Amino acid sequence: MANQKPSTAIEAVESGLAAQGYIASRQIATAVYLSQQIEKPILVEGPAGVGKTELAKAIAAWRGLKMIRLQCYEGLDEAKALYEWKYAKQLLYTQILKDKLGEVLGGAQTLHAALDQLHTFGDVFFSKEFVEPRPLLQALEQPGGCVLLIDEIDKSDAEFESLLLEILSDFQVTLPELGTISAIAPPTVILTSNSERDLGDALKRRCLHLHIGFPEQRLEERIVESRVPGISQNLRRQMVGFIHEIRTLDLKKLPSVSETIDWARVLVLLQAGELDTEMVKDTLNVLLKYEADIEAALPQVTTFIAKAARHNVFG
Amino acid sequence: MRENLHRFFRAARGVGVHVSPAESIDAMRAVSQVGFSDRDVLRDTLLLTLAKSQDEKLALGDCFDLFFSQPEPQQEQPANDDNAPQEDNQDNQPPSSEGSSDASSGEPQESLGPLAQMLLSQDRNALAAALANASSAASLSDIRYSTQRGIFSTRILDAMGLQRLRDDLDNLAATNPSLAERLRAALDGLREAVRDTVSQGLALYAREEAENLRNEILRNAPLARIEPRQVEQMRNLIRQIARRLRERYSKPRKRQRRGHLDVRRTLRRNAAWGGIPFLTAWKRKHRDRPKIVAICDVSGSVAKVSDFFLLLIHSLHEVVDDVHSFAFSSHLIEVSDILESKTPDAAMAEIMSKVGFGSSDYGSSLEDFEHDFMSLLTPQTTVIVLGDARSNNLDPRADILKRISERSKRLVWLNPEGRLAWGFGDSEMPRYATFCTVVRQCATAQQLERAVSDIVATYQ
Repeated sequence: MANQKPSTAIEAVESGLAAQGYIASRQIATAVYLSQQIEKPILVEGPAGVGKTELAKAIAAWRGLKMIRLQCYEGLDEAKALYEWKYAKQLLYTQILKDKLGEVLGGAQTLHAALDQLHTFGDVFFSKEFVEPRPLLQALEQPGGCVLLIDEIDKSDAEFESLLLEILSDFQVTLPELGTISAIAPPTVILTSNSERDLGDALKRRCLHLHIGFPEQRLEERIVESRVPGISQNLRRQMVGFIHEIRTLDLKKLPSVSETIDWARVLVLLQAGELDTEMVKDTLNVLLKYEADIEAALPQVTTFIAKAARHNVFG
Repeated sequence: MRENLHRFFRAARGVGVHVSPAESIDAMRAVSQVGFSDRDVLRDTLLLTLAKSQDEKLALGDCFDLFFSQPEPQQEQPANDDNAPQEDNQDNQPPSSEGSSDASSGEPQESLGPLAQMLLSQDRNALAAALANASSAASLSDIRYSTQRGIFSTRILDAMGLQRLRDDLDNLAATNPSLAERLRAALDGLREAVRDTVSQGLALYAREEAENLRNEILRNAPLARIEPRQVEQMRNLIRQIARRLRERYSKPRKRQRRGHLDVRRTLRRNAAWGGIPFLTAWKRKHRDRPKIVAICDVSGSVAKVSDFFLLLIHSLHEVVDDVHSFAFSSHLIEVSDILESKTPDAAMAEIMSKVGFGSSDYGSSLEDFEHDFMSLLTPQTTVIVLGDARSNNLDPRADILKRISERSKRLVWLNPEGRLAWGFGDSEMPRYATFCTVVRQCATAQQLERAVSDIVATYQ
């Protein structure tokens, strides 16, 4: 890989992802290539539904690695993300081993001697046996490496971000009772964010920053082609053109790639040959998720279909 | 090329992209992976490693295009200038080598300095390299102001060996006038190339400093007296301030483990272990959401300060979502909706047409407020009054202010006038001040930032 020319390597990434049904732009492919080469996480930002999470899945499928997903939410903490002690098991074992403990400590004459003997056991109850690994620790313990997806990092608290820093820069975590655990094979880390809040500079600094916006018309057609093979070329052009027109409107939530794909599936199901006003009006709720948005778009439908068709002729 | 990258990082800082040493190391590593051969890939790589947001990506993309477009015009510059002499050259050279003697044309060539030889041989690559070397020797990346253009051009030309070239020219003028003529033309071309390089350097490296200087002046300029052309810049500055305050205060900090043990939650959490408290839960400190009522004087000179203040407070959505704004001069109206729905310009114009330009009457305005909006005030509300407290000798109605103060969490008075003027003439400031939690002067953007920052901080 190292002596391969970078541009061919990037193309290889592109075609590898394409084989998994993920059509990547050049920039995305470069980011994936670089993250592999310099072992840095990728921070993916962009509107909802442009395929940020899909990217991680595609990478995992392409490289044949396991994907470990950590969904972030407000209040997520160490115990749920990193590791937790198996309290119940610890308690159970102390109960079971009670007699054994008594035996061991039986020889001791004084309290002091008993304590000394107890110390010689070391931290039996705080050993790896009793650690319940959560996604982050699991990711570090995968022998063949894995793809770690930290989804919607912007939803988590600022404290959690700081927790991630050690993992992101050195691929290791420090557990107070066990010491530092390093990754067996550095995982490929993908973080996604919807820019709900600004992430800290420290986190951003450790990542490659990739912004995925709405794709260009050609790229989006290719995406639909790979995801919904049953759709005719003519209809595909029209519907993607239509969606691009819709995106010029000032809406609360613009339709993104996932909506495009859903709509393509719906159109195939309805066995549409080409876009017509009635059908579009009936299925507009697939594209637009707010009542106000639908109302804003409805009067424009006919114009947009005409525009999309015209674009089709010339483009 | 490493040198080039370093200069690119400096240029990137110039356009406002934050490049720390660690980031530059990462970028270097990434670039060493992809190499310099493919410009698009290089561009993507640098954007990925250095830029941290979409805005930064755009800025850095432009910067990249400007920076790496540099070598090309530079190479063409001598080429264009040299093309003309080149034709002369073809005409001149053969006769000179045939007609006179080989020795006479060969000898001066050897005695010439390296720069003159380079210029005469039209070695474009060597020239470009020499120019780049001289630029870094003259530390062109330190250029800050447009007035420094001359001195940097001189430094670069000196570093390239202009002195020697002049001597050569003087010598040649006597011995070989046609060659001297060619050399002079080439020198003019070189000067032009140097001038372009310096301009480019100025565009790349000086932006940061100039911007900082301008902002610094702007921050400390009295808001009431800024010129119309600076209003837009000031708005930008206010937006920057708003962004900074948002970043600082929008992340709620948990105040845990400060108070007392939360017995109920502790017991519930530890039910699985028979109530033995393995995990403790602590009472959390309750934080108020910021609630702000802003009452702004929009008469005369205070209007501009109010304008910027309202812009600032209404750009802090993430931090303070509960803002009610009122504007008054002779009577008082609520302006929150106008400010929310319109652009700053249009909103201010509408407000001014409704209540502006009157002579200020604090008494009746406070009466209006007490009559209609007193119910807005809760013990969590901070009331901010912005005004010079000059009530044209009318009844100040300080008693209403007292009631406002009693009903709210804090009452902050921001006065654009200097402390010295308080209490003189028709200023009622001392009388009002007794009921205020804080009274501060607020004439510049910097004071405005501090005032708002302190107000928001009381809710953290």
